[in-house]
Amino acid sequence: MQIYLPIAELSLNILLLLAIGGGVGFLSGMFGVGGGFLLTPVLIFIGVPPAVAVATQANNVVASSVSGVLAHWSKDNVDFKMGLVLLIGGIVGSTLGVFVFSALRAAGQIDLVINLAYVTTLGAIGATMFWESVRTMVRQRTRQAGLRKLHQHIWVHGLPFKMRFRRSRLYISALLPLTIGFGVGLMAAIMGVGGAFILVPAMIYLLGMPTAVVVGTSLFQIIFVAANVTFLQAVQNHTVDALLALLLTAGGVIGAQFGGRLSGRLPADLMRVLLSAVILAVALALFVELTKRPTELYSIASFALGIGS
Amino acid sequence: MSRLLRVLAFAAALLAPGAAAGEALVADLSDHLVAITAGFTGTDVVLFGSVDGPGDIIIVIRGPVGDVVVRRKERVAGLWVNRAQVRFSEVPSFYALASSRLLDDTIAESVLAPHQIGYDRLVLAATPEGPEAEPFRKALIRNKQALGHFADEVGQVSFLGGQLFRANLRFPANVPTGSYLIEVLLVREGAVVSAQTTPLVIGKIGVGADIFEFAHRNSALYGAIAILVALLAGWIAHLAFRGR
Repeated sequence: MQIYLPIAELSLNILLLLAIGGGVGFLSGMFGVGGGFLLTPVLIFIGVPPAVAVATQANNVVASSVSGVLAHWSKDNVDFKMGLVLLIGGIVGSTLGVFVFSALRAAGQIDLVINLAYVTTLGAIGATMFWESVRTMVRQRTRQAGLRKLHQHIWVHGLPFKMRFRRSRLYISALLPLTIGFGVGLMAAIMGVGGAFILVPAMIYLLGMPTAVVVGTSLFQIIFVAANVTFLQAVQNHTVDALLALLLTAGGVIGAQFGGRLSGRLPADLMRVLLSAVILAVALALFVELTKRPTELYSIASFALGIGS
Repeated sequence: MSRLLRVLAFAAALLAPGAAAGEALVADLSDHLVAITAGFTGTDVVLFGSVDGPGDIIIVIRGPVGDVVVRRKERVAGLWVNRAQVRFSEVPSFYALASSRLLDDTIAESVLAPHQIGYDRLVLAATPEGPEAEPFRKALIRNKQALGHFADEVGQVSFLGGQLFRANLRFPANVPTGSYLIEVLLVREGAVVSAQTTPLVIGKIGVGADIFEFAHRNSALYGAIAILVALLAGWIAHLAFRGR
């Protein structure tokens, strides 16, 4: 059954869209990451213009983060103070990001930048994740769980403007979460992702937050950053397809429930290896596309006809 | 139903004795409005008319004009990157031809050139102008053809008897919206003896079109609503699956 998407200006199969949302939702339910980094490339692959895919994905992230954060809130796993500091950085970063996005779009470089951003982040994340989970699996097998220091003191802890974050049991410089929020906000705007896959490791390894509050707090911050991106993209570029976002959300929340329920039953490390393999495969496919000689060297962009293609 | 009535009314007018007298060419469309609704997969518009004697019919279909930027990818540090670009102005968003005879060189240039019949005769002003713009011009046409927005021949004009003709004009699913102009030319002995221009409006109607309009007119409100809908959807999802 075909459905016409009013902003993307094309007809797509409604079941396909629900399935895509569901599949990505399943992964996000299982691993606690948003899955936008997989959803955006898939949308582009099925013919949604990259600018629309990125902006619509931000709208979808709002919905999936709300349902996620409510679940974590009920378990008191959200550090609101940390979330707010991250958010200030995130709002500044994402606002700047949307304007950079518009400028790149006008210069005809947005597709390249989106692709490059995906190749580098997905490559880095996939490789790290793969390495980490393989190491954990090997360690478990040999049963040599080494002692890990509770708190590692590195140079970032010497920065000024220290703040106490009671829920996270941290006393660190506010500059650190501000900078992380800014960087992730910039990414959210340009790549249309929530950025959890950068934010979560950064919160664990750079900030040293307890794992229990990381996911809830990152989701809390992502809601507002994604809402900011949605609003600015809608005003600036008219690229938010609310209908497409709603369909992806509908598939996503159902998929996330299954993913969440299965996450306890399946071997987590093995699943993590599989996810990292998927991420690396997407990164590789995008990289090949950038380096392969295109069959058509010329591309066109239309103006003054309403929204360009 | 109303469409059928209009066609019948026009056919009756054509057949009425002396109705088209004095006019070498009379033509009209089966419909002057193509509505793109949800599930639109392209459409056919029938153009029909009559002539007062022998001759060839050429139909030129043009969509609304606008600027098009053509960019060329070049290899930079192993990556294919958009580098050089040429801007073309007054490019028709849609361009298609139909004719009763093959549009080859047996038709005089004096007929083809002024009506911009054929890709080579399309007037596309380039900035910057020059011989370097030529590959970009060709690429523009190639890209528009690949999109299905430029077509040499969308339909064959067929004569029914000596005086009545009709042509099926095919518009693809991704047809650009706006006001189209359809030129119908009657060519006789190497000259255009009669011409008629009919408008055609291709527009979106229905919920999808209303959303599109709203998103462009009241973009701030649209953005706010999109966020609210997402918040609501997330909350409903939370309620639906809570406690399971």
